[in-house]
Amino acid sequence: MLVNVFTRPEKRKVYKKLIVDEIDKIGIQSLGIVALLSLFMGAVVTLQTAANIDSGWIPKWTIGFTTRQTMILEFSSTIVCLILSGKVGSNIASEIGTMRISEQIDAMDIMGVNSASYLILPKIIAAMIIFPFMVIMAMACGITAGAMIGSSTGVISLTDYNYGLTYYFEPFQVSYTLIKSVVFAFIITTVSSYHGYYTKGGALQVGQSSTRAVVYSIVLIMIANYILTQLLLL
Amino acid sequence: MIEVKDISKSFDGNHVLKNITVEFFPGKVNFIIGRSGSGKSVLTKCIVGLMEVDKGEIVFDGRSFTKMDRWDRRIVRQEMGMLFQGSALFDSMTVEENVMFPLKMFSKMSAGEMKDRVNFCLERVNLQGKNHLYPSEISGGMQKRTGIARAISMNPKYLFCDEPNSGLDPQTAIVIDNLIKEITYEFNITTVVVSHDMNSVIEIGDYINFIYQGELWWKGDKKEILKTQNDELNNFVFPSEFMKEIKEVLRDGRG
Repeated sequence: MLVNVFTRPEKRKVYKKLIVDEIDKIGIQSLGIVALLSLFMGAVVTLQTAANIDSGWIPKWTIGFTTRQTMILEFSSTIVCLILSGKVGSNIASEIGTMRISEQIDAMDIMGVNSASYLILPKIIAAMIIFPFMVIMAMACGITAGAMIGSSTGVISLTDYNYGLTYYFEPFQVSYTLIKSVVFAFIITTVSSYHGYYTKGGALQVGQSSTRAVVYSIVLIMIANYILTQLLLL
Repeated sequence: MIEVKDISKSFDGNHVLKNITVEFFPGKVNFIIGRSGSGKSVLTKCIVGLMEVDKGEIVFDGRSFTKMDRWDRRIVRQEMGMLFQGSALFDSMTVEENVMFPLKMFSKMSAGEMKDRVNFCLERVNLQGKNHLYPSEISGGMQKRTGIARAISMNPKYLFCDEPNSGLDPQTAIVIDNLIKEITYEFNITTVVVSHDMNSVIEIGDYINFIYQGELWWKGDKKEILKTQNDELNNFVFPSEFMKEIKEVLRDGRG
């Protein structure tokens, strides 16, 4: 399937429009849920870290440091992409699966359109473009929420929080998480598209494809997360 | 002309098509008929390349489709139009976008020319003014007509219709039948219709090919179908006593 997906598109102009549409569908329409989850996660990580620091030897700025590390290293890429595998992955698998069982893909093939490329390539490119931006937004939301909740509840001052945020900051960690998000975007879109494209049967099978797409995406994301961490951070 | 030469197809050892040789003629409505499970849909899918044959050859106007690589096949496919049983319209697109889709993908027309072509095709199937409706907003008959408009938008040389009347009331079915017939004659298209609607066969069929248990059991025109002594074909075309009586009346020129 991937060979067909990456063969030269019939009309680049058509594909450009499709990519923009997919950026909207995959990315822009998921911004709300990603922002909401990031805000709450940043707030909760801040409060939990504060609640677990019961030694006077541990400085307060550790709260800001921990929130930053959690949001940048794992939440913004891995957890957000796991969430997106549920939202975006199931959507892709069911959309393409429904097109398969209703012969819309056959119709494209008979016209001479490379259906795999037309349906899947724009989704892959769109996700690989938009996911890093969503990850950056998730980082910003989480860290900002941590600061707001930390200072408003009095568990940490903004000065301490900011000190923790900047303490021993390695810019490569942001690059690492962006690289992960691009890889996860590829996994989610290809795995989901594969399960949708090879759906056989009826509505029941479309549902099964959608479930399989999410499950396989999650498993592969976790494996890729481990491999990338080993390769890039150690 | 489409020539199917000695093709066979099996699934897991189950022989669905057995050494079928048949021709489909340009400017004619060629029917493939047969009972459910006889292999007629598989035969059509093999002809259009949605399935690969195990052996044999399919030739489109002297060009061996089976021997082509996928790039050459895509060129031949741009000469094909297909009307699916369930219409297979792209449900995220309007009627106009559906008909325009092949033009956008393959033609070098300007936006204005494409629009004119779409309007011509929609007028041809009596769907003028329905441009901006979605497939879910139109009736089954209109969906079929949109499917025909999309199939003819690229001026196809070959038109395939899979059960074009399924799910339609008898009057709408006749409208669709007549449309297929008119378009075939008007544009000299090689039309292949897969059906078990005998009304369609008698109404618009020029050549009829009867598939029975994966084999080409009988072929001829609609006049010959009335005279045939082939038991399987007779049982298929005239299954009830009432239909057998009608056959006698038609054959004898009575009534």
